[in-house]
Amino acid sequence: MAATAPALQQDDADVVFPRRRRRKLGVYGLLVPAAILMGVALGYPLVRQFVISFQEYGLRQQFGQPAEWVGLQNYTDLLTDPYVWTVIGRSIAFCLVNAAVTMLVGVAFAVLMSRIGKPSRMTLQVALLLAWGTPVLASMTVWQWLFDSQYGVINWVLSNWFGLEDMAGHSWIIEPLSFYFVATVIVVWMSVPFVAFSVYAGLLQVPEETMEAAQLDGASARQRFWNITMPMVRPVLSIVLLLQVIWDFKVFTQIYVLQRAGAPTRETNLLGTLIYSYADEFSLAGALATIMLVITLALTGFYIRKMLKEDEL
Amino acid sequence: MSAVTTPAPTTLDPRPRKPTRSSEAGRAQSKVGRRALGVLAVVLAAMWVFPIYWMINSAFLPVNKLQTPEPTFFPAGGTLSNFRRVLDDPTFWAAMRISLAVVVVVLVAALLFAFLAALAVSRFRFRGRKGFILTILVVQMIPAEGLFISQYQMLDGWNLVNKVAGLSLVYTAAILPFTIWMLRGFVAGVPIELEEAGMVDGLSRTAAFFRITFPLLAPGLVAAGVYGFLQAWNEYTLALVVMTDPAQRTLPLWLQGLVESNRATDWGVVMAGSALIAIPVIVFFLFVQNKMTSGLVAGAVKG
Repeated sequence: MAATAPALQQDDADVVFPRRRRRKLGVYGLLVPAAILMGVALGYPLVRQFVISFQEYGLRQQFGQPAEWVGLQNYTDLLTDPYVWTVIGRSIAFCLVNAAVTMLVGVAFAVLMSRIGKPSRMTLQVALLLAWGTPVLASMTVWQWLFDSQYGVINWVLSNWFGLEDMAGHSWIIEPLSFYFVATVIVVWMSVPFVAFSVYAGLLQVPEETMEAAQLDGASARQRFWNITMPMVRPVLSIVLLLQVIWDFKVFTQIYVLQRAGAPTRETNLLGTLIYSYADEFSLAGALATIMLVITLALTGFYIRKMLKEDEL
Repeated sequence: MSAVTTPAPTTLDPRPRKPTRSSEAGRAQSKVGRRALGVLAVVLAAMWVFPIYWMINSAFLPVNKLQTPEPTFFPAGGTLSNFRRVLDDPTFWAAMRISLAVVVVVLVAALLFAFLAALAVSRFRFRGRKGFILTILVVQMIPAEGLFISQYQMLDGWNLVNKVAGLSLVYTAAILPFTIWMLRGFVAGVPIELEEAGMVDGLSRTAAFFRITFPLLAPGLVAAGVYGFLQAWNEYTLALVVMTDPAQRTLPLWLQGLVESNRATDWGVVMAGSALIAIPVIVFFLFVQNKMTSGLVAGAVKG
């Protein structure tokens, strides 16, 4: 519905303003500054990284040695290493779990917001905004302090209020699974506000008349929710889910900071931190980054095509 | 655009009810249900806000109250010494200056360039339009960690490592895609008929745009500005790579340094540092939140 509106407007505009050709060139002029900047600071490094991934490029080359072409050597090195596959698997699992949990909680919050009175809704919204606005590094330090093994309040609550006495002094980030649990809690805590607000605003756009008409026609609340509300907010849900998957797959800061807090790096690496750890072997880093991009496209490509076809972009 | 504060549609009532039966009992029942959900919402809000409360609480507590077997839940009899230690630290102010400089440069550049590009993709049909939009989406998938090295080398080649200009350049490029995405929803949301009406009344196309459409885009620009501000103020990883000189640290790098030198010794100072970085952002954020969320959604749903 909303997606087709600009096309119509444009047709009208062309009737009103016949000087089409001159404007056409001007359009590209509007795009030039953004395109140049993205081309220089994103496009060029991307191409370079891609080229380097087919070369032998390490510390020596950084100091002027010419880089040697090695073909697919870097890729075969990486893809024959079982550890790389472990990390790829972990990253996909981490991304899917985090995106799913974030979406579920976020949508639940949005539906909740649409069904409560103003005071409690404002309370929830302010709380979410506080979580959303807090800088990542500030949140990370607070969460480290909350999960601190010795003086952290979480261990204290678990051992004193819930009787789990062996949680006193428990170190959360040593064990990989509990490391990922902590990371998931933090990532979900930070990501839910965006999903909740987007979906809530989407819910508000469902026209009341449609709902009343359906109610008069005898549709139950459940039917109305699944047959009217959900299809109408679907564009928002698709785009939010897509962004969430993209963001959660390339998660770096949370993992990196938790690792610096004393977690075993090798057991907790995800793709982002693994690439970062190849800082001295540019060619491997470049090849792994390319692999990561390909996986992201594979995870989301089908979805993006569908969105393009349905004109939701 | 104040979608967030509009009263919720009451027709979304959860319980199945026959439409004809609008009895007192049903209404009372729905009122009780609403109240229960309201209580649930407040409980969830408390859970969500707890880490931030804990940050502020701990920032006011001296070490001997933080490192006790029993946590102190209220900063009664608290101290300002943690804050004082941060504010007396010249490295904090140095990092603050760097961060502010980066934010200003990034905001001006990103808003201007994104605005022009958003105008192009939402007001005109042209060859390559869909390709451009798709590129903007795909660019957000690029694993930034993979680009660091070539970005670093590029900046190094131009002598821009450890410079505000260098960091601002890569930040602006990183922020542009989403900013364009967001603004294009806002531009599309202003009906072109308004501009046309202005032109019929004798305004030139440019004048019609600046007198009619531009003021209506203000909320969108504010939303995009908030997004850019948050990104540039909060970003950690790129800064870690580009600003290697400790004298050129941004605030997040400074905070991580503070954590690593105080871990397990003084969480109070660390929390005071976190709060001092977070509070300006949060205040700013609460102030403009309406525009922010409706902007995100406008960007997501409008073409």
